[in-house]
Amino acid sequence: MKKRFKLMDLDCANCAAKMEDAIKRIEGVNSCTVSFMAQKLTLDAEDIRFDAILQEAIKVCKRIEPDCTVIL
Amino acid sequence: MSKKQKQTLYRILLSAALLIAAALLPLEGWPRLAVFLIPYALIGWDVLWRAVRNIAHGEIFDENFLMSLATVGALCVGEYPEAVFVMLFYQVGELFQSYAVDQSRKSIASLMDIRPDYANLEVDGRIQQTDPEDVAVGDIILVKPGERIPLDGDVVEGTSTLDTAALTGESLPRSVGPGESVVSGCVNLSGLLRVEVTKPFEESTVAKILDLVENASAKKAKAENFITKFARYYTPAVVLAAVVLAVLPPLALGWAWTDAILRALNFLVVSCPCALVISVPLSFFGGIGRASRQGILVKGGSYLEVLARTETVVFDKTGTLTKGVFQVTAVHPEQGTEAELLELAALAEAYSDHPISRSLKTAYGKPLEPERVSHVEELSGRGVRAVVDGKEVCAGNDKLMEEIGAAWKPCHQVGTVVHVAVDGVYGGHIMISDQVKEDAKEAIAALKGLGVKRTVMLTGDAAAVGEAVAQELGLDEVHTQLLPAGKVERVEALLTETSAKGALAFVGDGINDAPVLSRADIGIAMGGLGSDAAIEAADVVLMDDKPSKLAEAVDIARRTLGIVRQNIIFALGVKALVLILSAMGKATMWAAVFADVGVSVIAILNAMRALGFGRKGKV
Repeated sequence: MKKRFKLMDLDCANCAAKMEDAIKRIEGVNSCTVSFMAQKLTLDAEDIRFDAILQEAIKVCKRIEPDCTVIL
Repeated sequence: MSKKQKQTLYRILLSAALLIAAALLPLEGWPRLAVFLIPYALIGWDVLWRAVRNIAHGEIFDENFLMSLATVGALCVGEYPEAVFVMLFYQVGELFQSYAVDQSRKSIASLMDIRPDYANLEVDGRIQQTDPEDVAVGDIILVKPGERIPLDGDVVEGTSTLDTAALTGESLPRSVGPGESVVSGCVNLSGLLRVEVTKPFEESTVAKILDLVENASAKKAKAENFITKFARYYTPAVVLAAVVLAVLPPLALGWAWTDAILRALNFLVVSCPCALVISVPLSFFGGIGRASRQGILVKGGSYLEVLARTETVVFDKTGTLTKGVFQVTAVHPEQGTEAELLELAALAEAYSDHPISRSLKTAYGKPLEPERVSHVEELSGRGVRAVVDGKEVCAGNDKLMEEIGAAWKPCHQVGTVVHVAVDGVYGGHIMISDQVKEDAKEAIAALKGLGVKRTVMLTGDAAAVGEAVAQELGLDEVHTQLLPAGKVERVEALLTETSAKGALAFVGDGINDAPVLSRADIGIAMGGLGSDAAIEAADVVLMDDKPSKLAEAVDIARRTLGIVRQNIIFALGVKALVLILSAMGKATMWAAVFADVGVSVIAILNAMRALGFGRKGKV
């Protein structure tokens, strides 16, 4: 399943790259992009565990850039 | 400027004033530190706070941490003005960065400002303003002059001219009348139109284009991935070098500790990867936005990269270089009259929707009686076999004639020939010609001008037709009489002949060349306006059907890549230079902060050029 989410207050391009990298390493994630310019997170992950993976991805974002919020 | 940005601006101005005041006060020792700490705290508290918080989260080596460490270090060795200035300049850079990024986001959003706000839905003879998403297929909507067409549909009543500039970049208005289809996103210029909706909003042209452009940034270019990867190693490496520089020389070479530490602090300031990390995606974003404005939809930065490397361009002929509008230009019967031959051919092709069949039917002019035709068999790449009035009629090319053993004759004219055989006996042929697009020749010349080495045309048509067109347009090569599968093979062969650095682009109308489009390094579909197939299959979509847009696309791609390259080289060059100078003790912290923030600002300004170039006519 592939879903897109808007990111609010993603202010740093390097953080976006770090988030992308960290989310890709979550188990069950097929692919992920964090676009700094479009302020968007595209997450492609296993259907069954999608919600759990998404929660983990949000946690990762919070860790790297606490000011940034994922809009669900 | 947003509220947050304005706040930062005031903080910058105030702390700059305080910094100047502190520098002018004739104080020494602790009081001097105290007066410098006021502007430092004012400008840097959030950076310090984020640094502490991120370390708590296990995120070291971020820019907040580096800036905090560098400035606190400077304070410790007594370089108070430098510490405050570095923090101040860093904030100026950040402010500028967020402002510039906002601006470019906004300008791209306005470029793609084609989302309709409402539709005038006709309900029981009354007009209701409705959200386009709530309009169903088959509903009737009214489009007044000056309004944007909200949904794809067919005109039921009224004539008007449409401005398609937002979609195609073409400023010449297009006229429409009853029965014709209209595409969402165009602006109705003159008359009132009643339109029957043919697609729900999610499937409309506007929705598709917006979706495509918004997602373009998800397909990252190699340069983009390179730079984020580079940043991952660059920062820790420079920080490590800073530690070595601070510790080793004083121990081994007997340098003064403060001197070594100052040089190391410079390293920390320079180690921020921001300039690179931000300027590369910004450039691609700008290039994609720029192309959209010209009616060229690029599905991702990676495709812009491939497009810039284009070395071979392979064109499909029909519908790409030629208009795909066929006309019967001559009828040469062997037996019977011209009218009889045309009638047989038209009947045999009665069920086919191929452009050639349509032209035969148009030339015949009279309504066809389908009950006279049976056992229709379409023979891919050859023609059609059908039973007409009890006789087996074959209509198609010379291959088909060979197959059934009819003694066909070549035609002295150049064009597409439809041979007709009745019960295996040759009946004559019909000449059909296609017209070359007005800007096709110019397009080939422009591509050559951009350094494209090889232009190739593939066609299913006869050799004589293909070669005549190729010669007229100045193409390097032409391969004729290809079946759809043959086109894939030919493209594969051409791919192996393309150099490792070059790329092969295939340009088609996207209707029946999806396999070739996906096989090429980059697939370009033309005439995306109104053709879903084209939009789906290709990597780059030219909204209108002008081949000259192709050269423009390559040009935009090249310039964007040029900017990306300039930024990477410039930023790395300045950083390397400042690192070397810092290590030798020749660079001040002011130079270091320029290497970070100043370079970011310049790189961003350069990246924003990607949005602007190639502006022609009305924007």
